Formats: sequence, C-alpha cells, structure tokens
Amino acid sequence: MIEFHNVHKTYRVAGKDIPALHPTSLRVENGQVFGLIGHSGAGKSTLLRLINRLEEPSGGQIKVDDEDVTALDANGLRRFRQQVGMIFQHFNLLASKTVADNVALPLTLAGELSRREIDARVAELLDRVGLSDHAKKYPAQLSGGQKQRVGIARALATKPKILLCDEATSALDPQTTASVLHLLAEINRELKLTIVLITHEMDVIRRVCDQVAVMDAGVIVEQGPVAQVFLHPTHPTTKRFVQEAEQVDEGEQRDVFAHVPGRIVRLTFQGEATYAPLLGTVARETGVDYSILAGRIDHIKDTPYGQLTLAITGGDMEAAFARFTAADVHMEVLR
Amino acid sequence: MDVLLHYFDNVDWADIWVATNDTLLMLGTSLFFTVLVGLPLGILLFLFSPRQLLEQKATYAALAFVVNAIRSLPFIILLIVMIPTTVFLTGTSLGVAGAIPPLVVGASTFFARLVETALREVDRGIIEATQAMGATTRQIITKALLPEAKPGIIAAITVTAIALVGYTAMAGVVGAGGLGDLAIRYGYQRFQDDVMVVTVVMLIVLVQILQTIGDKLVTHYSRK
Repeated sequence: MIEFHNVHKTYRVAGKDIPALHPTSLRVENGQVFGLIGHSGAGKSTLLRLINRLEEPSGGQIKVDDEDVTALDANGLRRFRQQVGMIFQHFNLLASKTVADNVALPLTLAGELSRREIDARVAELLDRVGLSDHAKKYPAQLSGGQKQRVGIARALATKPKILLCDEATSALDPQTTASVLHLLAEINRELKLTIVLITHEMDVIRRVCDQVAVMDAGVIVEQGPVAQVFLHPTHPTTKRFVQEAEQVDEGEQRDVFAHVPGRIVRLTFQGEATYAPLLGTVARETGVDYSILAGRIDHIKDTPYGQLTLAITGGDMEAAFARFTAADVHMEVLR
Repeated sequence: MDVLLHYFDNVDWADIWVATNDTLLMLGTSLFFTVLVGLPLGILLFLFSPRQLLEQKATYAALAFVVNAIRSLPFIILLIVMIPTTVFLTGTSLGVAGAIPPLVVGASTFFARLVETALREVDRGIIEATQAMGATTRQIITKALLPEAKPGIIAAITVTAIALVGYTAMAGVVGAGGLGDLAIRYGYQRFQDDVMVVTVVMLIVLVQILQTIGDKLVTHYSRK
C-alpha cells in the first residue's frame, strides 16, 4: 500500500517558489493499477517520482507498506528502490549494453546473485516479455515496443512489489501501445504487482487501470474507480479528457441535436446490463419511440459498458424514464 | 632523377629515426599519464557541476578556475613556467623526461574538459533510471556513465593525442628532441628545407594514423 499524507513539492526557480504539487493525500492499495492523468505540467510526473524519492518532498509523509519512505537514509533508500521498478517514456536503456546486460543491470547493482543466477533470471524475464531471441542485440537494433519490453523486463528483475510507469506508452504507436498495456495488465494479474502509471491519454487509463486520479495544476481534482470517473466525470478537466478519448465534440453535438424533436437522454449501462434488451422492452411497454443519436459499447479494463444518447418521442415518456431509472442504468436527461 | 636524389642530401636518416622514436616515446608516456590524471579530473568536473549528481558550486568553481588558468597558458609558456616543478618531479628539465610533466599538465586539463563534455552528452534519463534501480553514485559512474560515454571518451583521447603531437614539437625548446625539434633546428634555423619536408611528412603521417585508429575504435564501441 502506498500512502501520501499531505505531501507537497515546491521547486525554487530563479529565486521564486514554484509549487509543483500542492499538499496531497492519496492511497494506492496493493495489487491495484493506479492511473494518474493530467496535462504536461499538472504535477503527475513529480508525484510519481516522489514515490521512489527521485524527487525529494518539500513536506509531508510517504509510506509504502507502513515503511516511512521519507525517513529513509541513503542506504535504506537504495534498498527500497530495489523493490520499486520503473519504466520510462524514452525507455532509458543503456545503448552500450546488450538487451540481456540491460536486464541484468539492476541485479548486478544489487550484487546479491551469482553470475549464473543472474543469467537464469534474465532468461526468465526475457521469456516473459517475449524477447528471448533478442538477448544479444543492442537497444538501437530494436523497435520502440521492443525497447519498452526490455525496460519492463529490467524493471521486474529485482522482483519489485511496485512498478512505476512514466508515460510508458506515450512514445509508441497505437498498436504497440495496446500490446505494451496488455503486458502490463498481465504482469499486474500474474505477479500481483502494484502499478502506478502516469499518462495524458484517457484511453490508457480505460484499458488497464482500476483507480484513476485526475491532476490539474498540482492538485488531484477528481479520483475514484475508473468506470465511475470515466462514465460520470464531474470536473471540467476530467470531462475534457473523456471527450478526447471518445472523440466527442460537445458543441458540435448540441448543434446536431437542436434539429431533433422530443426529449434527449443519455443512458449509461455497465456490466451485465450492457447486454440486456432494455430499450426494446421499454419502448414496447410504454409506447415511446426512440432514435439513437450517438452511442458506443466498449470495455473499461474487463468491464463492458455502453453509453447511448437517445431522442424519445410519443408514448408515456415519464413511465419510460421511470423504467430506465429502475433498471441498472444511469440516466441523464439532456433536454 | 639526380636532382630528386640530391634534394634530400641534408637528411640524416639516423637522426630522423631517433627523433621519431623520441616523439613516440613522449607521446605514449604523456598520453598515458594524461588519461590517468585527466579522466578522474573530468569525472569530478562533471559530478560537481550545476544540476549534476554531486553538485557543489564552490568546489566546481575552484576546480574550473584552475583548469581554465592552466589552459590559458600557451604551451610554450607552460613549459618554461613549469621548469622548477619539472626538475623537482624528474630531476631534469631536459630531454624526454623533462618534457613529460608539462605535456601531462597541459594536456590533462584539456582532456578533462573533453571528458566532462562527453559525460554531459549521456542522456539524463540513463542516470535517473540507474538511480531508480538503487545504484550508488560510484555504480552510476562505473556501470552506466562511463560505458555510455565510452565512444565520446575515446574520441577525446584521439583529439588529445593529436594535440600532444603538436605539444611535443614545442617541447624541442627544452631540448626534448623529437621531430619538431629537428624541424626547428635544421629545417628552420639552418634553412635545410629537405629536413623540414621530411619531418612535416612524418608528423602528418603520425596524426593520420592516430585519427584513423581513434575513429575505428569509436565506430567499434558505438551502438547507436
């Protein structure tokens, strides 16, 4: 469990104090995939680096599994860092070392295993990330996705309990992003590893995270389970991220809807309700007509969800609304 | 044909041979000590410099001042200024031995700056990643920074070696011998153009060989 108690960070630039993170408290449960989303300069990178103290906090307390990280001395910090893996946007692999030597580096630095044990562990890690055939290559000979896989193997070398991901997929194309995220989800599931990731793409959050915190100007403005935050965003920053992910332009949508007669509602289904034949049943029983203006059916991590915007005309509209509300469906009346 | 053969009448090939040996001996010895002194000095300059691992403003400023002061002196002046130190270190200010201390002092400060630059070329992300693994500062230097900067450091050694060839020519002033000395005493002061031509050609060949070896090594160690 990672806990922040009133942690804050201020940089001193040219004689002026610039706050990067306002006093923040936060809790990440073990085994969770915790996403931090925000625009550049929102403070998410600072927050991530506070966890393994690549950034020193200006105040507050950080605890990992009840160990006070902020109180560790240099030696304690080194030992702690060996239990926290980290991957980076630009991979940060050593160009001068082979893939195998890059993965072996954290183990060599820790100096606890023999050469033979290190070799065995490296082989196992490369197998996990699907790069066994590339052990003798140098990073320059690999694609971006392969480099990040090496980064992941390297981060897992010391069997850490936490993995920090710093914009791990931001330099990758969509297809490679999907495969790297898939690998992260798999690692989280199989190794029970706690993952904290930062990103500026809501899609990354949607695919792998359990919890999400939205950051803006050094403050967490919204936080909760991904499905809740994603489907019912309340803060303007969150709404913008969700719209970016769904490629919805609210202004454009309003113009289109202006020409449509009747009431307009947005229904949000989650889990099993996504597949229930609700619309047809309600229309038949209450005599309303509906046309679908917009909609999508997708997954948030492993949970299916659907979101439909409907124009409803005729029949017993109030009864229909009551039926929607009674079913396991979230309804918003837009007009 | 005769004219061509007689053009090199003044050249004593035994002298050329001795001078070449002296040059190579000065170059080899001084390059060895230059790397020995300059590499740690360059690493310290890098570590103490602003926003680096062991940032220490005062130490860096002091170190940088000394390095700059030495580098401000033209080598010919350094040779003379250092005579007492040289006598103290080697017992003589003459010959090959008398040339080594000023060569090392002059070249290692130059080399240290090149090492500092080469280390600065290493992506900061590499340092961050190594720190995140729980590396000590020593480990960051030996396991990450130096391996990553190796091509840059080899290039720095090449440039320094070639600068040293130039310095050794000036070391002729303290009676150090070598090709430069030959060129000055015979080629210039006795107007023996042929000796001048031969020494110049030898120096050019030497520099070409050094650069070629350096480039080959840089290519060999570059993985980018």
